Amino acid sequence: MSDSMVKISNVTKAYTRGKQKVEVLHKLSLDIPKGDFVALMGPSGSGKTTLLNLIGGLDQPTAGEVSVGGNRIDQLKSGQLANWRAQNVGFVFQFYNLMPVLTAEGNVELPLLLTKLSAAQRKKNVAVALQVVGLADRAKHKPRELSGGQEQRVAIARALVSDPQILVCDEPTGDLDRRTADEILGLLQVLNREHGKTIVMVTHDPKAAEFAKRTLHLEKGTLVEQAA
Amino acid sequence: MTKTRFVLANLFRKKTRTILTLLSVIMAFLLFGLLQSVNHIFSAGADFVGATRLFTQARVSFTSPLPLSMEPKIEAVPGVTRVTHWQWFGGVDAKTNAPMFVFAVDPVRYHYVYPEWVMPDDQWKAFANTRTSAIAGKQIAEQYGWKVGDKVPISSNIFPQKNGSKAWAFDLVGIYDGKDEDWKRRTNAVLINYDYYNEANAFGKDRANFFISKLADTNQAEQISKTIDAMFENSPDETKTQTEKDSNLSFIKQVGDIGMIVKWILFAVFFTLLLVVGNTMAQSVRERVPELAVLKTLGFSDVSVLGFVLAEAGILCLSGGLLGMLAATGLGAFMEKMSGGQFQIHPHWTVWLIGAVAIVLMTIATGLLPALRAQRLKIVDALAGH
Repeated sequence: MSDSMVKISNVTKAYTRGKQKVEVLHKLSLDIPKGDFVALMGPSGSGKTTLLNLIGGLDQPTAGEVSVGGNRIDQLKSGQLANWRAQNVGFVFQFYNLMPVLTAEGNVELPLLLTKLSAAQRKKNVAVALQVVGLADRAKHKPRELSGGQEQRVAIARALVSDPQILVCDEPTGDLDRRTADEILGLLQVLNREHGKTIVMVTHDPKAAEFAKRTLHLEKGTLVEQAA
Repeated sequence: MTKTRFVLANLFRKKTRTILTLLSVIMAFLLFGLLQSVNHIFSAGADFVGATRLFTQARVSFTSPLPLSMEPKIEAVPGVTRVTHWQWFGGVDAKTNAPMFVFAVDPVRYHYVYPEWVMPDDQWKAFANTRTSAIAGKQIAEQYGWKVGDKVPISSNIFPQKNGSKAWAFDLVGIYDGKDEDWKRRTNAVLINYDYYNEANAFGKDRANFFISKLADTNQAEQISKTIDAMFENSPDETKTQTEKDSNLSFIKQVGDIGMIVKWILFAVFFTLLLVVGNTMAQSVRERVPELAVLKTLGFSDVSVLGFVLAEAGILCLSGGLLGMLAATGLGAFMEKMSGGQFQIHPHWTVWLIGAVAIVLMTIATGLLPALRAQRLKIVDALAGH
């Protein structure tokens, strides 16, 4: 399907814990079109984050196929996968995961060190990304000098700066108060609607899920329901 | 921002810890530079003297002087062209009591046996013809501001004069230099006229610590030394004859096996340093496992992450090593200047070379394990805090 951004077919993911084999995802299939904004919900241990990790190329399935943007990423080797992530995916985490030793602009510039852009071009891109998230005036601040909401905005700018096709967000508002969470979700909505970014977001928060175009529910490693 | 700046920012995330570690690396390489230089002087400093001369001393110890009557007998050994005698005077500066290298020698014989010392002929003649004469090396003369014609006061901590005084005075009739750089660096001794010393001293007569034989053919050194020692076997004054270089090394080993002592000190220093820097690096990686996982998430390869950690160890060892070696060079030059050239412990280029190798080995030894740990991190586990 030409307008499919994520295509997952019969994916199984199992871990070995001690002598026990735990199957987290069971023959799961999923199709996410380009420009979609999907919320993944479900109880703890249902496989949400595992599914997100597979979509983001952080992990490989035990069986099945994972295609993102037309690339069979389940067949890529570690180094190829790292390259692919750098060019195609932006990540937003619950606890922001910024580098404490770098300023906001340093954090946003980090993914661009993997590109061939000149220092001047990198600087320009960083300024644009910080502008998009409304933090142009905090560029020189280190993470410890920012509020939680501002840190998450920096993380979103870092995810955006290399202009990826897809943003994967793992509980992006899990550490924020309601008002700040709504601001962040509003920002993601803008990125989806105005910049055409495909977004897959794991959340426990039904109010956060309301910002998505649709919600997928996972239970014991399988999709149980698709809500519009 | 560049990758280098990123590495530096990570390195100095805990400034106090990094600076203390850096200081320990600097201190270790400072010690390395100085001690290895001492070792180099002791083990290789006499290479240039070759085997053109043989040193004969008492078999028991050079501190037991041999009778001068042996000199013509040694000189009669085929292959020996001339022999001079050499007596340690135990000299100290009469004012400050600072030790000095002072030897009593026969001027004519010594000049023949040591053509490497350069001095105008009239000064050699004055040395031979003036009873109370002394000549000084250029370095020591400059250190004390002596000029030809000065009356030089030197005390002996071994030999009193017949009047009981240990304060001696000599007429400085010449200042000698070396024929090349190696010899010029050793112009830190005073040579006094043996005849005057022999007549005036109240403690032993007609004896010398060493007989130095000049050889016609250096290839005969081993054979001639055996012949000399055989000549005095079973006599009250048994001898030990060896080449000048071996003799110098034996002299040093009277103090102790400097090379071995230095090696053990350096082993202890570097072993401790390995633990200190290794612990700093391991701790630094352990503290930021999630950050390293984020780097990989963003697309940095396993090898890049390994490179970042190794670069941190490399910068720490390289900057500490270079600063330490530079400090050793500066301190060595300062000590050399303060001692008037008597302690020449500026690091030789070979010491710098060994230092460079040590820096590389230290980087690998302290950085490789943490770097491999960072390289092998699984993103999913690291982000989940496992």
